[in-house]
Amino acid sequence: MNERIIGQVKRVSGPVIEAMGITDARMLELVSVGESRLTGEVIKLSGSGAVIQVYEETTGVAPYDNIYGTGLPLSLELGPGLLGTIYDGIQRPLTQLRELSGRFIERGVSAEALDRKKAWGFVPALAAGVDVAAGAVIGTVQETSRIEHRICVPPDVSGRLVSISPAGEYRVDETIAVVETSGGKRELSLMQRWPIRTPRPVAQRKPLNIPLITGQRVIDTLFPLAKGGTVAIPGGFGTGKTMTQHAIAKWCDADIIVYIGCGERGNEMTDVLTEFPKLVDPRTGKSLMERTILIANTSNMPVSAREASIYTGVTLAEYYRDQGYHVAVMADSTSRWAEALRELSGRMEEMPAEEGFPAYLPTRIAEFYERAGYVETLSGADGSVTIIGAVSPPGGDFSEPVTQHTKRFVRCFWGLDRQLANARHYPAISWLDSYSEYLDDVTPWWDERVGPEWATERKDMMELLQKEVRLLQVVKLVGPDALPDSQRFVIEVCTMFKNAFLQQSAFDDIDRYSTVEKQLRMLSIIMAYWRRGQAAIKRGVTLVKIRRVKAVQEIVKMKFTVPNESPEEFDRILARMERGIDQLEAIYA
Amino acid sequence: MLDEARRKLMSGREYVGASKIDGPLVFVRKTHPVGYRELVECVDSDGKVRLGMVLDTSDEVVVVQVFEGTNGLTMPGTRTRFRGKPLTVGVSDKMLGRVFDGLGRPIDGGPSPLADAEPDINGRPINPTAREYPRDFIQTGISVIDGMNTLIRGQKLPIFSGNGLPHNELAAQIARQAKLRGGATDFAVVFAAMGVKHDVARFFTKSFEETGTLDNVALFLSLADAPSIERIITPRTALTLAEHLAYDRGLHVLVVMTDMSNYCESLREISTLRGEIPSRKGYPGYLYSDLAELYERSGMIKGVKGSITQLPILTMPNDDISHPIPDLSGYITEGQIVFEREMSGRGIYPPVAGLPSLSRLMKDGIGEGMTRDDHPHLASQLFAAYSYVKDVRNLASVIGEEELTPLDHQYLEFGEFFERRFVNQRKDEDRTIEQTLDLGWEALQLLPAEELHRVTEEELNVHYHGDGQP
Ligand SMILES: Nc1ncnc2c1ncn2[C@@H]1O[C@H](COP(=O)(O)OP(=O)(O)OP(=O)(O)O)[C@@H](O)[C@H]1O
Ligand SMILES: [Mg+2]
Repeated sequence: MNERIIGQVKRVSGPVIEAMGITDARMLELVSVGESRLTGEVIKLSGSGAVIQVYEETTGVAPYDNIYGTGLPLSLELGPGLLGTIYDGIQRPLTQLRELSGRFIERGVSAEALDRKKAWGFVPALAAGVDVAAGAVIGTVQETSRIEHRICVPPDVSGRLVSISPAGEYRVDETIAVVETSGGKRELSLMQRWPIRTPRPVAQRKPLNIPLITGQRVIDTLFPLAKGGTVAIPGGFGTGKTMTQHAIAKWCDADIIVYIGCGERGNEMTDVLTEFPKLVDPRTGKSLMERTILIANTSNMPVSAREASIYTGVTLAEYYRDQGYHVAVMADSTSRWAEALRELSGRMEEMPAEEGFPAYLPTRIAEFYERAGYVETLSGADGSVTIIGAVSPPGGDFSEPVTQHTKRFVRCFWGLDRQLANARHYPAISWLDSYSEYLDDVTPWWDERVGPEWATERKDMMELLQKEVRLLQVVKLVGPDALPDSQRFVIEVCTMFKNAFLQQSAFDDIDRYSTVEKQLRMLSIIMAYWRRGQAAIKRGVTLVKIRRVKAVQEIVKMKFTVPNESPEEFDRILARMERGIDQLEAIYA
Repeated sequence: MLDEARRKLMSGREYVGASKIDGPLVFVRKTHPVGYRELVECVDSDGKVRLGMVLDTSDEVVVVQVFEGTNGLTMPGTRTRFRGKPLTVGVSDKMLGRVFDGLGRPIDGGPSPLADAEPDINGRPINPTAREYPRDFIQTGISVIDGMNTLIRGQKLPIFSGNGLPHNELAAQIARQAKLRGGATDFAVVFAAMGVKHDVARFFTKSFEETGTLDNVALFLSLADAPSIERIITPRTALTLAEHLAYDRGLHVLVVMTDMSNYCESLREISTLRGEIPSRKGYPGYLYSDLAELYERSGMIKGVKGSITQLPILTMPNDDISHPIPDLSGYITEGQIVFEREMSGRGIYPPVAGLPSLSRLMKDGIGEGMTRDDHPHLASQLFAAYSYVKDVRNLASVIGEEELTPLDHQYLEFGEFFERRFVNQRKDEDRTIEQTLDLGWEALQLLPAEELHRVTEEELNVHYHGDGQP
């Protein structure tokens, strides 16, 4: 199929090839270049010339080498077998590539994204003779022990279901159904293809009012993210973007995780690959790898494939969304993707805008985040794609173009703070710079599901934190002794909140994940301490005495000592704290 | 149509004359179709051969970057041969104990070692599924590293230094003292010098000589007086040998690369000459990807005995950690050891800044069975306390030390002990991990127990109240 010659190489500069003698190439057509058949994509056409971005290292490509067209845009294979797999940026399965070319990724090797030999147990959901619309579920395959893969009619097909195979074992490319469409018969298999740069259609978009629970207290309680929402995590190197993304990938309540390692470290992907299979999802008791797809286009892999990896990831997410699942996409890091755009643009000698980035950078960022959403799928189910994008600003300076433009298109912002990270306050999400526009939308959910006091306790705590900022400015000038106990107690409670609540260790078996119930209980205890302590100080008890109440130490360590499964322990801590303050009041007030 | 085999045949052809020479770049017109990144030989009028590589190729003109510089080349007198293959370097374990230039040619007077393999110096990306996640603790004998920023076998951990700070001493001390717990292993050091002075190279050679390890060291020197363009190849040559030693010969290789800032400057030079659109401070937009091509050539491979640990050294221009060179490096490497001029001024060696330094692979390589069970919490507590020390010092500088609370005074004492006793050590002092950790607890004893939120009751009982015995 590769034998349609569409032109020849004219010039090679890195991953960008100028072509000449172009006859019938199409925009965004997938091509292969030269005798080693390097994969590429047509990204510009003009007269008899074209520009091709090549997804592999171009060493050895020379002028007059042939360029072969495939007639198709760069598309993914979508079907059972995606979960638990690790792909590169253009969906080459890395485990298979390793079998083919060993520990290094050689050029020109390719392997099918979905295993053609494996048979899957298909159970039809419909009988022949019915009319099927685009997106209709015609049957299911148990893909992993926790995920039922729903085989849907592709978005561009509808008509009468002429035949459908009986329950049985089928390989992904075997025909399992035939649909009579207005344009003729279409054979369907367990697998379909979809171009990565085209969003998959949905019936309609729905409001976002269900939180994506991540188990990370600073996120869920202070800056909640909604299912179908978008969030950016900007931060300088080593401030905790990847750790935060990993923590969310592990513990969030999405059904499916797509983790895109875009221009980052190889070892981080290996970390996920070795750790996830061993970790158990607290909700289902199944291995976390059973819900995860990894895209690894590490920093030393070709930049064009890095550019594509983001779209590959979000297309996979949309495919599972269309089956009625809630999918969370982590992109680490979108800055590396933007830099890939910049490099490709520079090689094409386009006019740069800010800091060498092409003028279309904001459009591309917007288009990417636009693919998130909570939707009604074509088959009428609810599904969502949530996008969590890391941003790596040069010098940690948030005023640079990628951070600034991303901020325009996301509704939630978890700003990582260098000072916090240096002090090993993790996650280093700043409570002053971060925000969530989903707060009001998800408050009813917390009200109903967890407790009506959540919204007020949260608000009171945020106010205390603001107050603390002003008090700390005073302390910086005159020292803490100048403040009265009532004001020092504000600082005291905020410090407790930071240590006992906001800081959360990703490495502690108990602390790494908190249920919403645990989060609210912890918040309430700290607020109870605030109210009781404040009242006691008014009655004349000194701060020094309050601080010595034994239960205070228990509050500080409760995140480590009270597991998610035993919330009743919080009642005891609360009672001991109240008793301690009661006693003080009895003596000193 | 011209395939690679035909191109090999054309590799004998010689083109006389260049259409333009600009810095290290030579432009040649009317050639046969030449492959991107092909190896090039440029012959000057004296018949001396200089190696280069194709940077840009088209049906009209080929741009060649000449590694040995273009000094003395003339437009009509330059003859060019395209070799039809990428730049390779012959590698073998016989290269240990020898000294080479940046392109891998011996400069110690000895003969060229017989090559066992001849890989492309650019390497290829390691398949992430083939990597083994690094978790073996390397004891360097240096407390601030072992205790707080643990080095792991297969890690890339750069030293962010400044001019005149003792980064070479620290790198040499690590190379001398590094050992795995539980005994000796087959190790080797590959040393790449880019644009540093002769005395730096001599310092390292001497240090290896004194410990009798020179036979396990291969040096690649592209010193300050060599053409700056050669620096672009030097780390690649060195890493190609490192890969051979690690993955084909099963050695644990420590790669020291100094000074990465010189490397980046050469890259900027070429980029500017080619008129590329710069990103920050004139460095090319692909500096990140280019550095990643080097730094990612470290790690461990499943089923293979050897490993590559990288210790790149870079001097931060103006001690500015947000400068593109340290900044982009920090985004790629697995942590960083950051030097602080002020610490050095106070006579503390190694002058490692407590807070901005970080080892990201530490988490999986320390604790029970690897170092000691109390290590993770102890390190975390030391970081937290030391970070508070910094706040107290700031406060003290405004309101005066007398105004501080008694607790804050205790923190100041802790800070002093931490810097003077824990961080500070002799250049030949080799502490065991137990000594390091015990010293850490000794520092914490200057603080009241209620302040130590990050350690457990049991740890307090054993190491703070008790005598270290459970
Ligand atoms: N929640 C956390 N708990 C414990 N340690 C953390 C946490 N978050 C970050 N860290 C520490 O910070 C280090 C750096 O974090 P991480 O790798 O996520 O940074 P990053 O922002 O992704 O950096 P880069 O941009 O360079 O990739 C980790 O190796 C770990 O030591
Ligand atoms: Mg990261």
